Amino acid sequence: MRVRSMNTGFFRMGIALLAACAFVGAAVAAEGAAVETAGEGHESGVDWQAWKAGNDVRSTASLQRGAANYVNYCSGCHSLKYVRWSRLATDLEIPDKVLREQLLPPGAKSADYIVASFPRADAENWFGKLPPDLSLVARSRGTNWVYRFLKGFYVDPSKPTGTNNLALDGASMPAVLSDLEGVKAAVFAEEGSGESGHAGRHVERFEVLSQGRLSPAEYDTFVRDIVNFLDYASDPSQVQRRAIGIWVVLFLLVFTAFAWMLKTEYWKDVH
Amino acid sequence: MAANDESLPVRTGFLGWLNKRLPVDAFVRDQLTGYFAPKNFNFWYFFGVLSLVALVIQLVSGIFLTMHYKVGEATSFDSVEYIMREVPFGWFLRYMHSTGASAFFIVVYLHMFRAFLYGSYKAPRELLWLFGMFVYLALMAEAFMGYVLPWGNMSYWGAQVIVNLFGTIPVIGPGLVEWIRGDYGIADATLGRFFSLHVVAVPLVLLLLVALHLVALRQNGSNNPDGIEIKEKKGSDGKPLDGIPFHPYYTLKDLVGVGVFLIGFAIVLFFVPTFGGLFLEAPNFEVANPLSTPEHIAPVWYFTPFYAILRAVPDQRMGALLMALSLVCFIVLPWLDRSRVKSTRYRPLRWKVWLTVFAVSFVALGYLGLKPADGLYVLLARIFSALYFAFFILMPFYTRGESTARVPERVTISSH
Amino acid sequence: MSDTAAPAPAEVDQDRRGFLTFATTATGAIGVAFAAVPFIESWNPSERARAAGAPVEVDISKVDPGQMITVVYRKKPMYIVHRTPEMVASLSGHDNHLKDAQSEDSEQPAYAQNATRSVRDDFLVVEGTCTHLGCLPKARFQKALPELGADWPGGFFCPCHGSRFDLAGRVFDGSPASKNLRIPLYSYSNDQTLVIGVDATTGAA
Repeated sequence: MRVRSMNTGFFRMGIALLAACAFVGAAVAAEGAAVETAGEGHESGVDWQAWKAGNDVRSTASLQRGAANYVNYCSGCHSLKYVRWSRLATDLEIPDKVLREQLLPPGAKSADYIVASFPRADAENWFGKLPPDLSLVARSRGTNWVYRFLKGFYVDPSKPTGTNNLALDGASMPAVLSDLEGVKAAVFAEEGSGESGHAGRHVERFEVLSQGRLSPAEYDTFVRDIVNFLDYASDPSQVQRRAIGIWVVLFLLVFTAFAWMLKTEYWKDVH
Repeated sequence: MAANDESLPVRTGFLGWLNKRLPVDAFVRDQLTGYFAPKNFNFWYFFGVLSLVALVIQLVSGIFLTMHYKVGEATSFDSVEYIMREVPFGWFLRYMHSTGASAFFIVVYLHMFRAFLYGSYKAPRELLWLFGMFVYLALMAEAFMGYVLPWGNMSYWGAQVIVNLFGTIPVIGPGLVEWIRGDYGIADATLGRFFSLHVVAVPLVLLLLVALHLVALRQNGSNNPDGIEIKEKKGSDGKPLDGIPFHPYYTLKDLVGVGVFLIGFAIVLFFVPTFGGLFLEAPNFEVANPLSTPEHIAPVWYFTPFYAILRAVPDQRMGALLMALSLVCFIVLPWLDRSRVKSTRYRPLRWKVWLTVFAVSFVALGYLGLKPADGLYVLLARIFSALYFAFFILMPFYTRGESTARVPERVTISSH
Repeated sequence: MSDTAAPAPAEVDQDRRGFLTFATTATGAIGVAFAAVPFIESWNPSERARAAGAPVEVDISKVDPGQMITVVYRKKPMYIVHRTPEMVASLSGHDNHLKDAQSEDSEQPAYAQNATRSVRDDFLVVEGTCTHLGCLPKARFQKALPELGADWPGGFFCPCHGSRFDLAGRVFDGSPASKNLRIPLYSYSNDQTLVIGVDATTGAA
């Protein structure tokens, strides 16, 4: 019987471990990227396709602001049909009094799901399509997409709403936040005319046509808070999940260490 | 061959009562402490037991998910969100099942590749390989049907595309498609039957096939990285010189393997469950919409090599046929490989080159299957498909006449 | 060489093997116990079940004296009886025919362990499931009904096995049931609104 050098075994283990780490690292990076359209970098102009939401679901303050923003500006048309008010209050540390006085619509019970206040039939009539439920939009489109959407409205006289959206060409949704953001026009570069609308079209610059009530920085925070809130709404258990995960992995490392020591001890028998 | 009863301990009390009625001690002796496995198992030999672990994970998480899932066009999607949000630890059950599905395929592909490396499909283990292939096919069916159950938009459109493939079969195709669907499009009827097959029928078939696979393994014992039959060299006690009792040596070694697997599994489950959209695809977080196709319909990553082959051919019928043939290649592998040498370690360079070509092609096709079918991707898919088939079709020729001169008599181990 | 495994016994460190076996097994067992938790927890009532089991508000202003309404709370029928003064008076005088006149063995909130087994004399709130085997007792409020006997004071009669209860839900001798009807947690948010499921003293659900 021949014995190969120990180096081969450990070398291979090392490669395997590196590969595993690279694998996991890639996964984490990919997860962070979520659903992305690859942005093409241009030297000049507005690289809106590279805008990132950069939200932190652990920030309860941001989530609370986002919830308030959502209730005030979005829940008129957009339901969150998988989210209960009571669950929201628990997770976001909103006191019962505040929930009842400021958030709950009249006649709603705290255990109810969040519905849109606009009558469905009217909404479909007015906008051409039903404003979609947003419970899962942060997972189906990605937080970065939502961020770009909320900041991507620009004036477009050719559209029935008078506006269009960079992230969603031909969006039926009007620029309902223009009161806060202001109104802007997008100046497109000549190259790349719309095969796929202008989804890939290069924005040279924005031109502010009227100021909103919020400064650009304030509006940005406003949007990020909403995106953060929608991130939470699409996956409410995520903070708890990661917290538990740390303990699970640590425990498994301890267990595997013992198992490995036990294995090595018995394998001394084998020559 | 089982030893006689003198090798069994004399039992009194409860164990004595039990052993008179059930062959417990005999089983432990024959399958564990008295079953000799080659002492030179390496990293590639973990994946059999890890496949079993993955199977158990899927069964347990599946059983608990079925307690809350409500099958039906109007209820499936909502019930999955109900599980994720309102059932205590429901998110854990769901992620366990979705991560488990991908983990199962990772482990199974590595398990299969081991057979390529060491010739584990060669005589006398051809039937072992065949049962394994049937397990793989059943697994693909199970995974496909399972993916339809959440009734997301990718569930719907993935089902639409794959079921339509059956329509390419001459004569009976269109009728067959309607029969499979139970309706004029993917609908409630389809969902209902996929649910029943996924939860009851195919798991039973899988368990049966896995059992047959293990019995076939036990019949000839395991192969090993040197491709030598350890039973040919026995000591004076009748035990293989290059074998060690499965228990405690491989039970303990496998325990470590399971531990490492669970660490990786837990990292994914708790931190990156969607895995960048590979394990849980983003379009599936929207409910099924027959009027709106997702931008790219891609199957889940473990089907993409075959999907790439399907798309590489410009003709739908030929593409479907070639995709089916790509699986048939695996099945007939034991009879394509003409070499009498089992392990890659002792085979000539040309085999190593071809094997590398195959492995690279398989992975490349997997990557290409995730991409849209345009431009350079199409050309690459065609090239790698050709190489994939060449590996199998030319095998009877390039494996002829391999010399056994370098094969050692006894196994080679790295010192522990 | 005929041996393939075990070296000479003297070389085997049994203590170390014993300790490591114990450590691995113990850690593994703890792991299995922790892993069982999410599965066991998943059987607990979900948020939907708890929401459906939330306290029920009942408008009692429309319930006439002598009338009974039934509402469902946590999947069980709750009888709400608007007792007339005569019905309340009929509660005394038959303590020696009751199995548990002081409600010592039966289930009710502390504030309902009194002569009328209720918060307010004029309303009885009782769970409409017979404490024998769970059938729904029928209202038999009229006194001296022929099939129940001349000294029947009014109350409930269970058709399944013949258990009888008075207008406070207390069980009569001779009934297969051994306990008085259960009184749920309830309170009044105002004069016309009964809330089943909220403790009258603590206000907790």
